[in-house]
Amino acid sequence: MRGGARGTAASEAEEASGKARVTVPRTAAGEATLFRRQSSLVPQRSIAGRSLVMVIAIMTFLACLAAGAAHLVAGAVNDWTSSIQSEMTIEVRPMPGRDIESDVAAAAEAARKTTGISGVKVYTRAESEALLQPWVGTGLDVTDLPIPRMITLSQEPKARPDTADLSRRLAAIGPAASLDDHRAFISRLSTMANALIVVAVGIVALVLAASALAVGFATRSAVALNHEVVEVLHLVGADDNFVAREFQRRFFALGIEGGALGAAAAAICYFIAGILSTKFASSAAADQMEAVFGSFQFGALGYAIIAMVAMTVAYSTSVVSRMTVKRRLRTMA
Amino acid sequence: MNDARDSAPMIRFEHVGMRYGVGPEILRDLTFAIAPCSFQFLTGPSGAGKSTLLKLIMLSLRPTRGVIEMYGSDVARMSETELTMVRRKTGVVFQEFRLLDHLTTFENVALPMRVQGRAEASYRPEVVELLQWVGLGDRMHVLPPVLSGGEKQRAAIARALIAKPEFLIADEPTGNVDPTLARRLLRLFVELHRLGTAIIIATHDYSLMEQFEARRMVLGDGRLHIHEAVLEEPQR
Repeated sequence: MRGGARGTAASEAEEASGKARVTVPRTAAGEATLFRRQSSLVPQRSIAGRSLVMVIAIMTFLACLAAGAAHLVAGAVNDWTSSIQSEMTIEVRPMPGRDIESDVAAAAEAARKTTGISGVKVYTRAESEALLQPWVGTGLDVTDLPIPRMITLSQEPKARPDTADLSRRLAAIGPAASLDDHRAFISRLSTMANALIVVAVGIVALVLAASALAVGFATRSAVALNHEVVEVLHLVGADDNFVAREFQRRFFALGIEGGALGAAAAAICYFIAGILSTKFASSAAADQMEAVFGSFQFGALGYAIIAMVAMTVAYSTSVVSRMTVKRRLRTMA
Repeated sequence: MNDARDSAPMIRFEHVGMRYGVGPEILRDLTFAIAPCSFQFLTGPSGAGKSTLLKLIMLSLRPTRGVIEMYGSDVARMSETELTMVRRKTGVVFQEFRLLDHLTTFENVALPMRVQGRAEASYRPEVVELLQWVGLGDRMHVLPPVLSGGEKQRAAIARALIAKPEFLIADEPTGNVDPTLARRLLRLFVELHRLGTAIIIATHDYSLMEQFEARRMVLGDGRLHIHEAVLEEPQR
């Protein structure tokens, strides 16, 4: 019914406008020149886009550094644990009234008979004294010192030696021999490493929360600045979801931009650190670093973690902006 | 016209009052109905509450007391979705146009279609036709700040009409144009009314009202006085 209004009132409209009818090009080329991509309904200049992108980029960079550090620590601990777990040690202490050499031989024999043990290395008296050199220096006569003797045991790959049986056999030899399977040390190491990882994950969470707060503030400010636009959109029939989606789209783009920038910066940092650690691998400082942090192997998993942090930042930016807009619209209503 | 009056009202106000904050009541005990396909002028002195009444009708404000019914449903009990649906049946021409300055004339006029989630290709010919109809065919890709007052007015009218509303609200639609163009715009509204759209025009311009015999809703001291159109009810 109303469609006919235009035909009927066309002359009226032209008269009202005082202008001649304009012919719109209908060709594909004409359409292409006339109609550009739809503009965003939220004016881009009304959002502090550059500043927000920088804030998101910095936050993502910090979060990626923390997540990367957690990944490195986890990798180093894994290296330590696997190398420590593949070895055990028998300590034979000199005791009055006992022949330490026969105790050592008996302990080594007991170890050889234990299933899962692939190698037994007995440290001689001379080798044991040599182990003390870094602490007591050379030239000191340690012949009279009661130096304990060590036997290192190598495990067969993927085997679980019967340590209880070995402990029983050693106890049968006498009180001088004892088994150390490094369990207490591994436990302390795991606890420390897990604490470091929890701290790193906590830092990532805090940085993401701070980023979300910044996005929330920016969104509230954008909604306030675009109050007029929001009202017009409502009056022409937009619902809250539509309005929220428009803001969300804009903030998601900013989140992707900031997240990508921050993640790229962090990835470059880890890449350069990897190159430097390789270049200075033979130096004393690098040895010390490697002793603490293990070999600097960031690997594909490390870069994947960085990408995941960036995606989480972009996604959380989008979700936070949508939630903030919807809450603001409910308040405005 | 009489057929329209006999049918169920499109909008019904019952003892509606409105105040801002703790201030005095701007509108008092308004009771009236607007029928489908009807035509009315809303007039009254400045500050009488015309804009407030229009905002109540366009669901931009909630009354402090009384009942507003639209299409048979109490507005206070409507869900967000129902309110959106009612707004989509209503076209609004604002006194200050309220075009979005960062969108082109085409995008401004197409806005009601876009918010309904329609693809641009599906409404493009309609919008182009309407822009040509209001004489803005050659101005569709310029931004509103470049348009003259009259062009903005026509773009605002086109935006209000594009979704083929059942009800058109126009707040001082001729306030920014010369008397000749004002007369011609009025004829456009009358034509739309004859084709089935209910129309309410808020205006101060008595000369405009004299050009078309229609129901007059006069606001004064917060109260509404209705003068029915003489031609519509010659026997009363």
